[in-house]
Amino acid sequence: MSGQLSHGPAAVPGAITATHAPARGRWWLQYASPQAFYGPAGVLASLLLPLSAVLAAAGLYVGFLIAPTDAQQGEAYRIIFVHVPAAWLSMVIYAAMAFWSAVGLVANTRLSAMMAGALAPTGALFTFLALWTGALWGKPTWGAWWVWDARLTSELLLLFLYLGFIALQAAIDEPRRADRAGAVLALVGTVNLPIIYFSVKWWNTLHQGASVSVASAPTIATPMLLGMLVMALAMWAYAAAAALVRLRCIILEREGQSAWVARVARGGAA
Amino acid sequence: MIAPLGWTIRRDLLLACRRSADALGSLAFFAIACSLFPLGVGPEPAALRGMAPGVLWVAALLSATLSLPRLFSADHADGTLEQMLLASEPLVLIVAGKAVAHWLVSGLPLVLLSPLLALQFGLDAQALAVLVASLLLGTPILSLVGAVVAALSLGARGSGILVALLALPLYVPVLVFGAGSVDAMGVGGGVAAHLLLLGAGLGFALALAPWAAAAALRIALE
Repeated sequence: MSGQLSHGPAAVPGAITATHAPARGRWWLQYASPQAFYGPAGVLASLLLPLSAVLAAAGLYVGFLIAPTDAQQGEAYRIIFVHVPAAWLSMVIYAAMAFWSAVGLVANTRLSAMMAGALAPTGALFTFLALWTGALWGKPTWGAWWVWDARLTSELLLLFLYLGFIALQAAIDEPRRADRAGAVLALVGTVNLPIIYFSVKWWNTLHQGASVSVASAPTIATPMLLGMLVMALAMWAYAAAAALVRLRCIILEREGQSAWVARVARGGAA
Repeated sequence: MIAPLGWTIRRDLLLACRRSADALGSLAFFAIACSLFPLGVGPEPAALRGMAPGVLWVAALLSATLSLPRLFSADHADGTLEQMLLASEPLVLIVAGKAVAHWLVSGLPLVLLSPLLALQFGLDAQALAVLVASLLLGTPILSLVGAVVAALSLGARGSGILVALLALPLYVPVLVFGAGSVDAMGVGGGVAAHLLLLGAGLGFALALAPWAAAAALRIALE
């Protein structure tokens, strides 16, 4: 019953296919087709994965062996080499997810929605990692695994937003409907995220004096900063590679009926 | 232009009157959820007075979440929703009308019941007035944002639990400013700021939520 109705802007057949002759200067638009992007995604992922491994090795070496021990926090501070980049990525990935969702809704490209879906689990993973490493750092430094600090609380809510997105996509059987519903949810979440952050921040300052604050950390030594930046780059590369590998799986799953997937399955090129 | 808003509200109110058990159910849930807290944390009056705004607000959030799946599901099941989508009247107004009716049926009774429950928690008259004002401003936001979530999860598997999972994180600012407005009295001033922010949130939700819910309905029924 619900499959027969098709109207409104969502039903405009605007998807770009690989058979389209690309206009001059718009050659990159051909990669909006899942089939055309399947190959390049694999190449990108196979470049980014080793890069992230090398960067992570370098970053951890700088972090654990070169960076000096912190005067106040001792060795416990070294978790920041994982914690800060993970927290950074947890937010960047949500922004990327919302961006691809918006592109998918506006341009009606299937690949954009697939990309948003591919980013979500990686984003949830990094959010969880940021919370987990934050707890590991909080115990020796603050004396508690968890405090209801504004940042911690809003990071926890970010995790819930990721889980909601994943749950919504998983609960809708039709892939295209799941894509669009997820996209609307991601955009609603993006509008709400700053409001959540500021409300939680205000709530926190109202209820208790800021006895612990991540914001007032002292300026840090150069090797510490370097280690953190290299680790951040490693995690960016890993996140991109993981999302691309997942994207390839999603493409194969969705395009399972088409001839080119059968060719790929037989070992041919896309 | 504004007529569809009126007839949607009237129709949904009429339907709610014919099936009054639904609305009364979520109201009863609100009362029961509030009554469980003293049993759980002990009957000390000072402690109860301190947590009363938070308890009432959390119960209001849960009660609103509980009644959300009903917002569109019955109309979806009997095909009315498809007719609403096909109608020449703007879908946004119809969706807004349904959200308003949802608030009138599930939000407003809750606001009217809240002074009684707040008295049981030992709130004084001034705090009680602030609490009712905050609920009056905040619960329409729950219905409006909830309409988006209900539309998104329409026809999804296990939509009841999904609605809770999606809606509750989005409700956090309402909870913070709603419960915070009563707490702000104790620390001196700030009540007006909280209520103004809730009002701003209501304006924001009124301006955006019906459009998002209408888009979500189109997606759900295409």
